[in-house]
Amino acid sequence: MDGIDFDVQEGEVFGLLGPNGAGKTTTIRLLTTLIPPTSGEARIAGLDVRRDGAQIRRLLGYAPQTLSADGTLTGYENLLITAKLLGLPKVESQRRIARILSLLRLEEAAGQLVREYSGGMVRRLEVGQAILHQPRLLILDEPTVGLDPTARHAIWGMLAELRLETGLTILITTHYMEEAEAYCDRVAIMNHGRIGAIGTLAQLRHRVGREDASLEDVFTAVTGDTLESGGDFHDVRQLRKRLQRFD
Amino acid sequence: MMSGSFASGSSDLTKELTCAPGPIEQVRAYIHDALVVGEMEIRKLRHDPTELLTRAVQPALWLLVFGQAFSRIRAIPTGGVNYLTFMTPGILAQSVMFIAIFYGLNIIWDRDAGILQKFLVLPVPRAAFVTGKGLGAGVRALSQAAVVLLLALALGVHLHWSVTSVLGSLATVILGAALFATLSMLIAIAVKTRERFMGMGQVMTMPLFFASNAIYPIQIMPDWLRWVARFNPLSYMVSLLRGYLVTGRAPGEWSDWLILLAAVVVAQIAAGKTYHRVMI
Repeated sequence: MDGIDFDVQEGEVFGLLGPNGAGKTTTIRLLTTLIPPTSGEARIAGLDVRRDGAQIRRLLGYAPQTLSADGTLTGYENLLITAKLLGLPKVESQRRIARILSLLRLEEAAGQLVREYSGGMVRRLEVGQAILHQPRLLILDEPTVGLDPTARHAIWGMLAELRLETGLTILITTHYMEEAEAYCDRVAIMNHGRIGAIGTLAQLRHRVGREDASLEDVFTAVTGDTLESGGDFHDVRQLRKRLQRFD
Repeated sequence: MMSGSFASGSSDLTKELTCAPGPIEQVRAYIHDALVVGEMEIRKLRHDPTELLTRAVQPALWLLVFGQAFSRIRAIPTGGVNYLTFMTPGILAQSVMFIAIFYGLNIIWDRDAGILQKFLVLPVPRAAFVTGKGLGAGVRALSQAAVVLLLALALGVHLHWSVTSVLGSLATVILGAALFATLSMLIAIAVKTRERFMGMGQVMTMPLFFASNAIYPIQIMPDWLRWVARFNPLSYMVSLLRGYLVTGRAPGEWSDWLILLAAVVVAQIAAGKTYHRVMI
């Protein structure tokens, strides 16, 4: 990453876009305190990711790129263990789990092992785990990758409902331009570790000088439409591995 | 270089977040979270207990084939104890070590599956994950102990079956499993990939087993191997188990316990401090 500079406002849905290997996941890992920045600074609610990791983790909800729910536990157990680790009192955690299972439409499958879930069900469960402690900021790394259009639509519908209900701020990465265009308030387009463009769709259209441009057109203009783009061998292999888990 | 921020707009929130918990609260949270991670491991095992059965095969073979055959040779000095009786605690320790030494593979798998990332982003002390995983390994090892002891009973092996002996043995099994599982996590943190880890696991298990008192006494070893055996935690685990199960009391019981405990504490601290590096 090189010279990245952006702000996310409270209550907005902010999309981080870019080709494979652009630096989106590294940015997310820095913001979630999984890896320390080698230089520069990043703050969440005024807290420094390098110095205040423990406090930052109390206000974050995070679902990584891979299918991260534990397949060897049931959906209910995944939520229960997360609630216990978050230190929620027993009665409160039961109340929240019931509410989340209802919101995610997973009540009937709650007692089923997660390895028997569809990709869309796992993704919904992961969002549920990420919002159990009612975080201020929800970070989702490609939550719809590998899902069919119906499941993708369901995920976005659920996020919209959640946002309406809680005023949650959402930072999201996605490969799907039409999704970013429809659901994000603002986006940043990353390329080769830098931010190539940032703003609302209207601002980005203005930037490329075409008022009828789609986000995909802007994306292509910023990142360049070359065969060399699309990530290195490692990126592609990782993506394929992830997609295989949905089969 | 990077710079960015997420504006919260709430100074109360920031104040609340920056208020760090006191030391007693931190210890309480650490113990609670370690127990929850341990509970998670037990729940996984409950859903799929087949690995317990498959892992019982190897100790059964050692007792049924190797033990029975070597009992007839009478070539190994066992201090007047039948060889099968002598080796049963050693096989128990070995089978626990064999399970626990591959435990670190779980954290590589969890990282590749994204499970580790999700947990590392929770407001949970990272050392609690290491301790919880160690506890989980200990509980898994108890099932191994049950299999070996039941098999010994079926084979008519003369063991000391007092309450103190059984409880002492089970506590030794839990501590030993926690130690080898933690060492295994340290290896996983260092090597980072499944392929390298499997190689390391294979390289470690046999030397640890043969350079211990599991199937022959330290006294018959050459000098250099005795030195190795003295630094081998498996030897201390075997000494305790042999003491509890064969004579009812281990001669150097407290020093063996102290050495094992100290090794667990050092390994846990090291793994807790470096746990996040498996991500880098």
